[in-house]
Amino acid sequence: MNLNLRHAKTGLLGALALCFLVTLFSKFINPYWLYILYDIGINIILAVSLNLINGYTGQFSLGHAGFMAVGAYTAGVITNQFGQLNAFASGGVFLGALLAGGLMAAVAGLLVGIPTLRLKGDYLAIVTLGFGEIIRVILQNVDSVGGARGYSVMHGWTNFFWTFGLAAVTVYVIASLVNSTYGRGFIAVHDDEIAAEAMGINTTKYKVSAFVIGAFFAGIAGGLYAHSKQYITPGGFGFMQSIAFVVMVILGGMGNTVGVILAAILLTLLPEGLRFLAGVQQIPGVTKMYPLSWVGDTRMIIYSLLLIVLMLTRPQGLFAFKKRQR
Amino acid sequence: MTELLQQLINGLALGSILALIALGYTMVYGILRFINFAHGDVFMLGAFAGFYLAPKIATFVPLPSVAGALIIFGLSMVICAALGVLIERLAYKPLRKRPKLTVLITAIGVSLFLEYAGQFFFGAANKKFPDILPTWPVTKVLGLSVNSNQLIVLAVTLLLLLGLRFIVMKTRMGRAMRAVSFNPEAAALMGVNTDIVISFTFALGSALAAAAGILYAINYPSIDPLMGIMPGLKAFVAAVLGGIGNLPGAALGGIIIGVTETLVSGYISSTYRDAIAFAILIVILLVKPSGLLGKKEVEKV
Repeated sequence: MNLNLRHAKTGLLGALALCFLVTLFSKFINPYWLYILYDIGINIILAVSLNLINGYTGQFSLGHAGFMAVGAYTAGVITNQFGQLNAFASGGVFLGALLAGGLMAAVAGLLVGIPTLRLKGDYLAIVTLGFGEIIRVILQNVDSVGGARGYSVMHGWTNFFWTFGLAAVTVYVIASLVNSTYGRGFIAVHDDEIAAEAMGINTTKYKVSAFVIGAFFAGIAGGLYAHSKQYITPGGFGFMQSIAFVVMVILGGMGNTVGVILAAILLTLLPEGLRFLAGVQQIPGVTKMYPLSWVGDTRMIIYSLLLIVLMLTRPQGLFAFKKRQR
Repeated sequence: MTELLQQLINGLALGSILALIALGYTMVYGILRFINFAHGDVFMLGAFAGFYLAPKIATFVPLPSVAGALIIFGLSMVICAALGVLIERLAYKPLRKRPKLTVLITAIGVSLFLEYAGQFFFGAANKKFPDILPTWPVTKVLGLSVNSNQLIVLAVTLLLLLGLRFIVMKTRMGRAMRAVSFNPEAAALMGVNTDIVISFTFALGSALAAAAGILYAINYPSIDPLMGIMPGLKAFVAAVLGGIGNLPGAALGGIIIGVTETLVSGYISSTYRDAIAFAILIVILLVKPSGLLGKKEVEKV
């Protein structure tokens, strides 16, 4: 299912305006839910950008959290150079820092993309996983950003406007990209690399650009994440995190932007739902106290079963309502 | 010099364990052309099988003893072999004709399932693996301190490698395995039952992983449900390094990775230890993607 792009620009502007409006009223939202909303927005950016690599282009990256880490640390280090700023200046600095984080992640994406071009499928997955782990190990060894202890980010500048505004921009850019004449190349690489090459498509260029663009948005999401949590550790960007984004893409359906957004929302809410269930103190009729407290530990088991069952029964994803046009 | 030799011995012990795991990856890849991501977790289950079997065995064979250790080894290998076959039948077999990516994702799913179901049932905390083998005091040979467990790791690995070589090269089933890995369709036409051969391959690989799990637990006696991730990934790198699909290559790759890793953590910094295997992987894939002993494959349309 593709987004209807006829009114895409209007939609984007509308979404931005709506985000701005909601931000004005965000102090009326329960802070707990507000932070969950931020997580949802950040995960949408990550899942949609990973979808460009894993879904539309048909590569298999297991290192998305590594790019996110690069963006998070870059943006955090930049904004930590500034003291208290007024709302306007902080907005400018924050946007600059997020873009810088995105660019650094894009450079990392380029570094990952070029050597891995000769690889496919399983090999690519393992090498991107390796790159993600190498980024993590390097961050653990850089003492100026706290090493394994983590790095605290002074400013909590992430708000509703930035998170969902940038999520809307990400969706707009990636959806327009794959629907453009240029972007058909990504889908061609996915469908049949050899045939695409025979048709004169520079598959190398497409694969690298998918990695670079995907990494750029992951870096931006990382910056938002850093300024939402205000404390980041290298361990938080391990490959389990990458797998969580992969699960979102697969659950939503590879190469299905709307499905991936829905999956990102669903999977961000899942741990909260489980936490709620785990907190249920007593079910009527069951005398045991805390009968469901074990539920909180089942998030990853649910993820894994989702992956297996989906692949066995519905490899096109949960939200594929109609077959993509070829 | 003494220190270097000491590090080499330590590296050799770690490398043999990685080699045993790598053999499972390489055998499955040779036959089905996919990476069984869950293999590292079968290794973990091997260690846990030993952990839970030890107190049961101790009721009729006193532990630590050689006989008890042998029983634990054998039973864990059988349990994991059965588990490997079960995983293959339930998760991979229905997908045999599907795109490779589907199988890969399923394998990641199985791996996550084993890890987190393990965490759920065994508990996430580290457990102390019981002493199942009698140890003798650390002996000094030429100024090197050699631990009895390290010698046992080397000896068991060597025995298992010889056993594997015998199975693959001298038995009917081994010949069928080689035939299927060479060309599955042709082998099937010649009357080889590929399903049984694939199951047998999984059983063999999983049994080796279980042995590796127990050897690992004897040497580093703290086990937890996520212990299989890193050794699994490193063993995979070892398999690629030696040339995936190539049995001697996997053993060689395991030894190289183990020794390099020990040397790096000994001489440079132990914090970079986990990155070494991946750095090796990237270099080998750039320089010689077919691996040290592997054959080049030509891409066909």
